[in-house]
Amino acid sequence: MPGITREEVAHLARLSRLELQAEELDHFAEQLDVIIGAVARVSEVAGQDVPPTSHPLPLSNVMRADEVRQSLTPEQALSGAPASEDQRFRVPQILGED
Amino acid sequence: MTELIKYTAAETASAIANGEVSAVEVAQAHLDRIDAVDKKVNAFLHVDTEGALAAARKVDDKRAKGERLSPLAGVPLALKDVFTTRGIPTTCGSKMLEGWIPPYDATLTRRLKDADVVILGKTNMDEFAMGSSTENSAYGPTGNPWDLTRIPGGSGGGSAAALAAFEAPLAIGTDTGGSIRQPGAVTGTVGVKPTYGAVSRYGLVAFSSSLDQGGPCARTVLDAALLHEAIAGHDPLDSTSIDAPVPAVVEAAKMRDIRGMRIGIVKEFAGEGYQAGVMQRFNETVELLRELGAEVVEVSCPSFTLALPAYYLIAPSECSSNLARFDAMRYGLRVGDDGTRSAEQVTALTREAGFGDEVKRRIILGTYALSSGYYDAYYGSAQKVRTLISRDFDAAFAGVDVLISPTTPTTAFPIGERADDPMAMYLADLCTIPSNLAGNAAMSLPCGLAPEDNLPVGLQIIAPAMADDRLYRVGGTVEAALNDKWGHTLLEEAPAL
Repeated sequence: MPGITREEVAHLARLSRLELQAEELDHFAEQLDVIIGAVARVSEVAGQDVPPTSHPLPLSNVMRADEVRQSLTPEQALSGAPASEDQRFRVPQILGED
Repeated sequence: MTELIKYTAAETASAIANGEVSAVEVAQAHLDRIDAVDKKVNAFLHVDTEGALAAARKVDDKRAKGERLSPLAGVPLALKDVFTTRGIPTTCGSKMLEGWIPPYDATLTRRLKDADVVILGKTNMDEFAMGSSTENSAYGPTGNPWDLTRIPGGSGGGSAAALAAFEAPLAIGTDTGGSIRQPGAVTGTVGVKPTYGAVSRYGLVAFSSSLDQGGPCARTVLDAALLHEAIAGHDPLDSTSIDAPVPAVVEAAKMRDIRGMRIGIVKEFAGEGYQAGVMQRFNETVELLRELGAEVVEVSCPSFTLALPAYYLIAPSECSSNLARFDAMRYGLRVGDDGTRSAEQVTALTREAGFGDEVKRRIILGTYALSSGYYDAYYGSAQKVRTLISRDFDAAFAGVDVLISPTTPTTAFPIGERADDPMAMYLADLCTIPSNLAGNAAMSLPCGLAPEDNLPVGLQIIAPAMADDRLYRVGGTVEAALNDKWGHTLLEEAPAL
């Protein structure tokens, strides 16, 4: 099982929306390489014919009745927003210039 | 009056119900204690003096009017800062949520309030419940009341330390890989991870949704049972909540009889890495169980040796997805929004500034494990291991009623010792993780002090899913026998703060 490189960590950080500093990249790459080396043991069972378990309870599609109920007011829902305007979340620019 | 803080929750509730003491006096005694010792312990991130006294006054009013009081009415509690509390800050130990005031209560919070439990405040924890030492809190580490230079366990170190420091007789924790049981073990207190789905996760800030489980922390097995009954039960707001009656845990905690029970020692949880004094106290407890009339046998669960690796793929994978919600748009921290940066850049700068190292490591690890080239080898294999572990438990429980092991391989380690060595830190949860992966029930309770360092050792008891009452039956019996043997409770040996 291959380890993890600094370049891979940088790519994963970008995917995870983490603007890591250079020294963090060095440090995490080293630590993650050790961790991945240790957890890679699970692949011992990769070839075995064992069904996967994703959850301890065998539940599916738990639904509630489709009824109108009281919920948060717009003021409550926006109470923790870093910025809001006209009962909406105010966010930085999402689309590019062109 | 200072002795009020030494009362168990059961004693406190009964003293209030009988009019020996008012709920306000009880609340004030604990607030005074927090004031006196918490600068040293750092168990609390937020103390809600006003709210606690108001809740206590409500109990005194009810009693004055002759209204029926609930079993825990007026009993103070320390709430892990991972459950939302309406109008009270909820940080999860992270800078990401500094100053955030939730607009709603978690179901667990609501149930505590409905039971007239007095919530004293919110307790310190590893950031987003990721860690085994509470050192990953953005608000400084919590000290272990047995030795303030040592860790109180994690992630719920604040809750366990609050109990051991007599700042509260009850506390709430969450257990994803051992975050209730391991702090319980290293602080000489009782912690229970109920069956997955027993306690609602609505309003519990998610770390690893298929593993996270809230549960009771206390100084006695009976107190844990009383709290268990108050918080467990079906919640339509949590789609993974179990719709079945809560096992009769309070009754079980009072049985004090384990004659004829079959108990299995997990063979894999011993050997290299296990502290001699931990094994000594564990083996003595095994003998005690035999003297109390249980049949103790050794059982093998070979897949448990793969539990730790599987956990450190599954939990980070779910974490990388769950923590995507911290995007700096709707609540929490926002950094770098100066009008020149895009939303995506602001998100990345905020997450860099708001998350600590362990959270970042796990997000990256989880993103790696879920990426297309590695999914089958890592996440897929970890899910297979999860099946194998459940099968090992099923096979073991076909022959025994409960399983036992040490809760942790070692006693509390010094603050700083494993802080920058993730793999060493992860080993603290070696014995507790299998129950999270299988979703069954487990308890840790004190079984003595390790002779070499005079620090608490935890006994772990594991029961099948939905058989949580067995934990309390065995735990209550062992606790009573040990207290008889010692002539006092273990916490009475803790040094004065």
